[in-house]
Amino acid sequence: MSSINRSAVQRKVTIVGNKRVGAYHQILLNVGDLVKSCKPGNFIAIAVGGESSKMVLRRAFAISRVSDNSQYGGTMELIVAPHGSGSRWLCAQIEGTELDIVAPLGTAFGIPTEPINALLIGGGYGSAPLFGLADVLKTRGCKVDMLLGASVGSKIYAPMEGKRSVNSLRIYTEDGSMGETGRVTESLLDIVQQRGIDVIYSCGPMAMLAAITALVADTEVIHQCAVEEAMACGIGICMTCVLPVTNSDGTTSMLRSCIDGPVMDGSHVRWDLVGKVPEVQQ
Amino acid sequence: MTLPVDLSTTLGNAWFPTPIFTASGCASSGKELSQFFPLKDIGAVVTKSVMSKPRHGRPTPRMAETPSGMLNSIGLQGPGIDSFLANDVPWLLEQKARVIVSIAGETIEEYSTLARKLRSVSGLSAVEVNISCPNVENRGLVFACDPDASRRVIDGVRKTIGGELPIIAKLSPDVTDLASIARGVVDAGADALALINTVLGMVINLDTMKPHLGGKTGGLSGPAIRPVAVRAIYQVHAALPQIPILGMGGVASGRDALELILAGASGVSVGTASFGNPTALISIQNELRDLLAARGFATVQQAIGFAHRDESV
Repeated sequence: MSSINRSAVQRKVTIVGNKRVGAYHQILLNVGDLVKSCKPGNFIAIAVGGESSKMVLRRAFAISRVSDNSQYGGTMELIVAPHGSGSRWLCAQIEGTELDIVAPLGTAFGIPTEPINALLIGGGYGSAPLFGLADVLKTRGCKVDMLLGASVGSKIYAPMEGKRSVNSLRIYTEDGSMGETGRVTESLLDIVQQRGIDVIYSCGPMAMLAAITALVADTEVIHQCAVEEAMACGIGICMTCVLPVTNSDGTTSMLRSCIDGPVMDGSHVRWDLVGKVPEVQQ
Repeated sequence: MTLPVDLSTTLGNAWFPTPIFTASGCASSGKELSQFFPLKDIGAVVTKSVMSKPRHGRPTPRMAETPSGMLNSIGLQGPGIDSFLANDVPWLLEQKARVIVSIAGETIEEYSTLARKLRSVSGLSAVEVNISCPNVENRGLVFACDPDASRRVIDGVRKTIGGELPIIAKLSPDVTDLASIARGVVDAGADALALINTVLGMVINLDTMKPHLGGKTGGLSGPAIRPVAVRAIYQVHAALPQIPILGMGGVASGRDALELILAGASGVSVGTASFGNPTALISIQNELRDLLAARGFATVQQAIGFAHRDESV
């Protein structure tokens, strides 16, 4: 046995709910005792398209939240944007459909042992895993503030029930159709200062994660971000989802975002080298 | 009632309990898949091609899904041979997995150097000499597209390690006369052939209106290339019936594995199918056993090259 993928199992699970929420689908899976090993930040890889599909690769989705006290036993919630052929197929599946899943995969958000002031920042459907994270942080006595941003209001995912664990929620849209006009980074440093933020947890587009990292670079704030890079396998064997990450000795390694991520320390990611290749250190 | 089928096979003087192997570059060094099944349950783990030095590989994006397949453009990212031999090989041998080490070099000398380092390692089953990776900076470096360069690489490896470990030369289907390249590397000392490496391809992104992959071109794999693999194996087996072939290319089911075996493969590597299904190797192996039994084969050996029967030589 190895330490890699150590909680992951492949299993057939059933869809027990699928409803449209704004631009997204909220999909509920009956996953049984699998919920016990799922942590905020982990993701799931789902086979799509059915048996005769021309889509040979699984699709990875952040686990939005899990619950072990629903009427179905353990359930897992996913927030899916139907924008590609795989996610459109998934969103078109009805209750009762069986899915082939591999989960939980990847790293999780670090949960503090002490009550801290946490700021959760989501871009688009990147907010999905943050509500489950907020629940966990609240049970640890943390104060949780949240910023959500998207291009337009219909792409903000902020369910009513999700807001219970959040002390405050600010919404930003680039076209001003919901909340404040602008981006989540607009007054980030002010918010961090006013609220005495200790840790930022973020999930969303890479440009947003890079911008947050740059803003808090000269502060004491820890930035844990969930990255998104195109993956073929989700289990560490294809080497396609790599990101340049600084090692403790100052060298740079191309690390797999499925094994060493998706949750990474933002200050360790060489955002300037994403899409490039670092110099080889001999 | 189905009779038990003897799945064992050989490549050169190496014996394997089953003919289903991982494909180089599609299983890393085995740790990731070991969560899903014991590595000793399959025929062998063919490790990701390793080079002399650590290597970052190509920039992202490195992947594009295509109909019934995918393009990859990894560029041989890896830890380098020293770290690989110190960390990955001992772990694999502890798992009681059969290990085929795949090596790749930028020069003919690098292959010999890599082979020399393998001499000091006991417990390996074979060495795969990857002379056909399409994801190198200079396409001119694909040794397997040049009959003379192919021969010289294998000759160098043979002089270093020949007779100690079976040498498997991995060839590219992107050539005009595959049988003559195969004959060349066999003459130079290859004990077996691995067919096929990925097929060179490209996807253009309609948003950027530029090549999608960071490395522009990539290697096409998956069921889309299976007929190319079947053809390549069939042609080479017809030309060199005594040379064992490790077949690969789009195998996703027991049916596909049997197809390659009938064409002439002594073993079958499963690559891209593991990306979509981490237990693909096990289900393919079980399906293959049933399919052989249903056709009255008592052994895999009887089925190898069976599609060539009744053909005049």
